[in-house]
This record gives sequence, structure tokens and C-alpha cells, in this order.
Amino acid sequence: MDLSSINPVFLIASLMVAATPILLAALGEMVVEKAGVLNLGVEGMMITGAVCGFIVAVESGSPTLGFICAALGGALLSLLFGVLTQFLLSNQVATGLGLTLFGLGLSALMGQGYIGIKAPEVFRLDIPVISDIPVLGPILFSHDLMVYLSLALVAGVWAGLKYTRAGMILRAVGENHDAAHALGYKVVRIRLMAIAFGGACAGLGGAYLSLIRVPQWTEGMTAGAGWIALALVVFASWKAGRVLLGAYLFGGITVLQLNLQAAGVAIPVEYLSMSPYLITIIVLVIISADKSRAALNAPASLGRSFHASN
Amino acid sequence: MTALLKLEGLTKAYPGVVANDDVSFEIRKGEVHALLGENGAGKSTLVKMIYGLVKPDRGQMEFDGVPFAPVEPRAARATGVAMVFQHFSLFEALDVAENVALGMENPPSQRELAARIREVSEAYGLPLDPHRTVGDLSAGERQRVEIIRCLLQDPKLLIMDEPTSVLTPQEVEILFQTLRKLQSEGTSILYISHKLEEIRALCDGATVLRLGKVVGRCDPREKSAAELAEMMVGSKLQPPIRDAHEPGDVVLEVSNLSQASHSAFGTALKDISFTVRAGEVLGIGGVAGNGQDELLSALSGESPAARHAVKIGGEEIGHMGPNQRRQIAVLAAPEERLGHAAAPGMSLTENALLTGAVRQGLTKNGFLKWGDTRAFAELIIKEFDVRTPGPENAARSLSGGNLQKFVIGREVLQRPEVLVVNQPTWGVDASAAAAIRQSILDLAEAGAAIVVISQDLDELMEISDRFAALNEGRMSKPQPARGLTMEEIGLMMGGAHDMEVAS
Repeated sequence: MDLSSINPVFLIASLMVAATPILLAALGEMVVEKAGVLNLGVEGMMITGAVCGFIVAVESGSPTLGFICAALGGALLSLLFGVLTQFLLSNQVATGLGLTLFGLGLSALMGQGYIGIKAPEVFRLDIPVISDIPVLGPILFSHDLMVYLSLALVAGVWAGLKYTRAGMILRAVGENHDAAHALGYKVVRIRLMAIAFGGACAGLGGAYLSLIRVPQWTEGMTAGAGWIALALVVFASWKAGRVLLGAYLFGGITVLQLNLQAAGVAIPVEYLSMSPYLITIIVLVIISADKSRAALNAPASLGRSFHASN
Repeated sequence: MTALLKLEGLTKAYPGVVANDDVSFEIRKGEVHALLGENGAGKSTLVKMIYGLVKPDRGQMEFDGVPFAPVEPRAARATGVAMVFQHFSLFEALDVAENVALGMENPPSQRELAARIREVSEAYGLPLDPHRTVGDLSAGERQRVEIIRCLLQDPKLLIMDEPTSVLTPQEVEILFQTLRKLQSEGTSILYISHKLEEIRALCDGATVLRLGKVVGRCDPREKSAAELAEMMVGSKLQPPIRDAHEPGDVVLEVSNLSQASHSAFGTALKDISFTVRAGEVLGIGGVAGNGQDELLSALSGESPAARHAVKIGGEEIGHMGPNQRRQIAVLAAPEERLGHAAAPGMSLTENALLTGAVRQGLTKNGFLKWGDTRAFAELIIKEFDVRTPGPENAARSLSGGNLQKFVIGREVLQRPEVLVVNQPTWGVDASAAAAIRQSILDLAEAGAAIVVISQDLDELMEISDRFAALNEGRMSKPQPARGLTMEEIGLMMGGAHDMEVAS
């Protein structure tokens, strides 16, 4: 075992990359849940985004176009969920689970001719001198643009929810949809927009996996990242800043675990592989144990169907 | 004075029921106009049409001489109509300023808005801190938020739907001062209530609705409360009667009961002690959310308390669950009919089984005795005049009043020695309410100890022997109900919650 082979700077730089897919997906899901909708289909939307982005990027040669189409694909799939739950009033939990299964199947079908192909190269920030600064360079100035976009999105969602009128209306709808309706806000429309935003974010997260992190297409490549994103939202108690923290924590454990394996730590690999999930569960248990606080921050109408009674 | 709002032939039908049938009336400028009627008379539908939440099938409205047909609340607000809702349309996790901003078309910046909230709330004697979270406010304070939200838009017509049902008498008085001040400034008010004395004190004109139709117009100041009630119900009301009798031995004894609430915005019970004797009715008043639900849970056994905190006939039962308590004839009927007192999707027979199984012997070796259960359900339906085609109907298919009769009857017919009920006549029309109260009194006559928790003070004064009030989880010392004045009751309920009279 040789722990000195683990380079902390490289570790931090790579944890940011490892965390970006779940950060994007969790951020989108947080907005959805803030509007009072529980969409358990994050995994399905992510993998659909992954395959859409990969196909478009390979066919067109443009990763940017790939990302745009991944967002569109995720949003389109999420609107299926939106129509079912918002207009046909189907159960959100069952529909969300169905969406995950549907997304896994659909992506496998779409991606059949694309297994084993390499994705086109993505533009990476490389500013002479600045990117070469020791420590700060690799951590702050040498990532692909999506990492910066995801960080900008964290700030945007935080400020949008806190300071804008649209954000306030969104929170109001998630807090008490009957009251919002009585005041004349279009609950269903607002929720559909939130759902589509969540789908787009999940799609981006998926495409990040297939275009940058891996970067190729394999069936079921999200491997539970969507579920982790869902758990992160609760872990973060519906706060954008904490979603970032949670995602990087999780990404850190994933990367550390890989590094420990490489360094030959004498623990069975299986334990290391399950450690991120285990730690997520433990954190969730600790947070939920503090009943009053976690409950206070959950949107009060979360998961409840809205039907205008008049 | 000229008419501000004129309604002509408004009609709105829902599948199976005509909510409003050819309703016409007008409200003059600066008038406080009452809309009277029992539950289901169509008052709420009517105001929803004025506020743009519901579109009428037929009929026209005129506002200030101009045709008025709001397609959404936004349009109604722009015209000058504001509404304070019966069930607060507030967002608990948001602060006061955000709640106010959500009800406005073009709210100023949060800082400017906070200043205006302070200014207006002080001008009308309704002090409010714009930065407090609404979830932490009392019911009276929450209503202030709604009123301020309306006032900031300078409405010409203010609609108030049952505004006083959650207020203490002192808070009602302050609200009336505010409304009179508004009236003197030329604002018209459409006031919906079934509290007749309030309407007589406040309103200049009244329109009475029954089953969706206008059945009368009057000046409420010239009518007695009994006459108004007759117009509403369409027949004379029989007040409950009871024979004077001496209560027996102490049956239920609660001592130093303290308990945390199970919900995040709930109220913990703090050191509650009281006794109830056989044949006695203890009425517990108080503004909603001051520990009523928690007290019921502690007495019913839903949230078991310390062993010694609750005693029945000297025996400690605080730790027992609901079924153990049913075994020894301690029964309870909670406030929320659908989902707490009854399972909405299950039939009346099944619902009869749910609480009746233990005392009525409706199970044998783990198997259900459907025949006996059905007979029990039919007995409840017959004895309590529950209007339903039969016991196989789902609980949710019954109207609120009928289901209430069923859930109260289900407990009363199990011959309890102790019965705890919360809001026994909530949302029940006057004649059904009288029947329910009578059954409670009859049960007391037969020697049961009864605790009635209610927000309807008139009801409590009518049926209780002794009265106590809950305030922030504490209970005042029970007093003989006869001879208590409204002012004393108000003080027991916690007074005016630091409100001040409008200057």
C-alpha cells in the first residue's frame, strides 16, 4: 500500500469532475421539489440525456450541440412525467419509478449502434500561465466548461429562488398549492416548467457522463447516479449551496475510493465501491433523525397532486 | 348611495348540484353587506365568482357601473376586489412580506414593501412584523397578514369569508373596528358569516341564501338573531334541552400532563390538570392550534402520555393505546372527519368496524363478523339520521354534516363512560348541529363524563357545565360555565394577543 501516490491537488480537481453529473441532476431535482413535485425519474432522465447527447455529439461532431440535445431529451422525457402527474393526476412516486425504467430501456434501444465509439473531444480551459499555477491552476482553471456552467447554475438557482419574484412564486406553489391557486397563480403551468427544468438538468448531467467523464456510451452507465442525486436533495435540505457541498463530498468519496484501490489498500474492492452509497445513507439517517428541522424545510406540498376544486 | 357591485341572475351548476341559482343583489358604496346561509347554501361559490376563481354559467355582474366578468383573480384585483379567505391562503414557510407580495400585482422591492406593511398595519391597529415566518404566527396574526395584503391594494370591495371563526372575542372586536374604519373611508365590504350576532352588530344589509337561491333580504339591525336563523334554515330551531342534575364521582382525572407535539408547527401541552365527573360536560375553548389536537391525542391514546398523567376512576391509564382505552370505555372522536375520524375510501360498515370492533365485539378469533358490523352501522345511520342510501357507501361520498353525525354516533352508541370530542359540529348545518349537541347531552345525562373541545363558544356555553380554555398548550382553570361573560372567556383564551384598537 502506498498512500503517497495519492496527490491531493489532483484528487480535488478530479472530484469536481466526478461530482458534476450528480450536481447538475440534483440541482434540477431540487427546483422540481421546491415546486412541490417529487420526480423519482432522475435516473431515467439522466441516462436518456446521456444517450441523446452522445448520439448527437458523435453524429455532428459537436459536443456543444450534444449537450443542448441532451438537455432537450431530458426535458422532453420529464414532460411525459409532467403530463401524467399534472394533467392526469397519476401518482407521482409510481410515475417517477416508471419513468426511470422507461428511460433505461429507451436509452438502451437508442444507443445500440453506438457502443464502443469514442466521443468527440470537449473543449477544456487551458489558459497559459494561469492554468499552470501550482495547486490553484489544476483545481480552478483547467476544467471543461460544463464544470463552470454547473457552478454558475448553483449560484443562479440559489439567487433565483431567493431574490426573484418567479422564485418566490415557485416556492409558494410548492408550499401550499391551494393557496397559490386561490391567489390566481397557474399551479400546473409553473410545475410543468419546473419539471422541464429538472429534466433538462438531469439530461445535462447524463451527457456529462457520456461525453466527458467516461467518455463513451454503455448501457446503464449512470449506475445509480440519479438516485444519489435524489438523496442529495434531501441531504441538502432543499438548499442550493448544500447541494453543491453534498455533491462534492460524494464526488470526493468516489474519487478517493478509486485512488485507494489504485494505491492497493487492503480492503476488498466491494467495500470501497459501496462506501459512497453507505455514507450517503448514514448522512440521510442522521439528518432525518432530527425530525423537526428536516421537516421544516421540506416543501409542504411535496408529492401531493393538485386539482383545482372549482 | 349608488351601487358598487350589482349581480344579476348569477347561476352556477356543478354535476348533481346547482350551487347558485339565479342570484341577484347589489352592494352599495360604503356598505357592509352580509351574505347569510348555512353550509352548502352557495355562499363560497358566489364569492369565488366575484373574485374570478369560478366562471358563472349565466348572469352578469356590474362593478361601478361597468360590466364586470373577471376571468382570473388577477383581473378582479385590478378592478378593486380583494378577498380574505376562510381557510387562510398563506404560505407557512415564507415570511410575512413574501406572503403579502404574492397577493399583489406589482409589488415594490421587499424593503419598501416591509416599510409599507409596518405603516398600514399600524394605521389600522394590526401590528405586524414583516420579517416573521408565517408558520410561527397565531391565527389572529395570520388573518392580519391577509387583511393587510388586501389593504395594500386600496380595494373598493373587500370580501371576507368567515373571518371570525378563529378569533378570540377581543380580536373580533378589533377586527370590527378596522372594518368600520374602512367603511368610513368608503370601502364596501361583503361579509360572510353564520354568526348572527356579529352580523347584527356590523352589517347594514343582508342577503340570505338557501340551497343556492336568494330567499330573503333584510336589514339585520332590525331583525333578531332568531329571525335571521329562521330565514337561513327555513324552519324554527329547537335549542338543546337538558335537565339539571348533580354530577357524580370524578371519572376522568388528568394531572400535570405535559407532552411535545408530533407535528412541526404543533403546540406542546404544558402541565395540564383537570377532572371531569360522571354526568358532567367540560367544554374546552381556545383559538385553533393552541394544543387542541394534542390534547385529544393524549386523551384518546393516540400519543400515549406518562402513566400517571391520565387516570380513569383512579386507575392510571396514561400509557395505554386507543384500543386498550376503548376496552375500558374511554372513546374519542377527532376533529378531522376525512382521514382521522373516518377512512375516506372505506364503506360506512368498515368505518363502523374500525373503532367499534373492541366494544361491540365485531371480531371473533381474528375474523370479522360482517353481519353484526353491518347491523351496527345501520343502527348508527338510523339513530343519528345519517342521510345516505346505505352503509355500503364510502365515507367520502357523504356530506360533511352527515359524516360528522356518523362519526359522533359511532362513538356515542358504544356507551362510553368517558367521551372526548373535538369540534363536534364543525361545518355542520344548524339543525344537524342541534341534534349532535342533544346526543352529547343525553349521553351525559346517562352518566358519562364528557370533554368537548370546540372553537364555537356559543356551542360550548350551550352544553358545558364547566368551561376552560387552551392557550399555547396551557389550560386555564375550569370555571362553571353558567354566568361567564364574553370578556372573561376572552381573557381565559389569551386575550387579544397584543392587538390594539384602531385609532
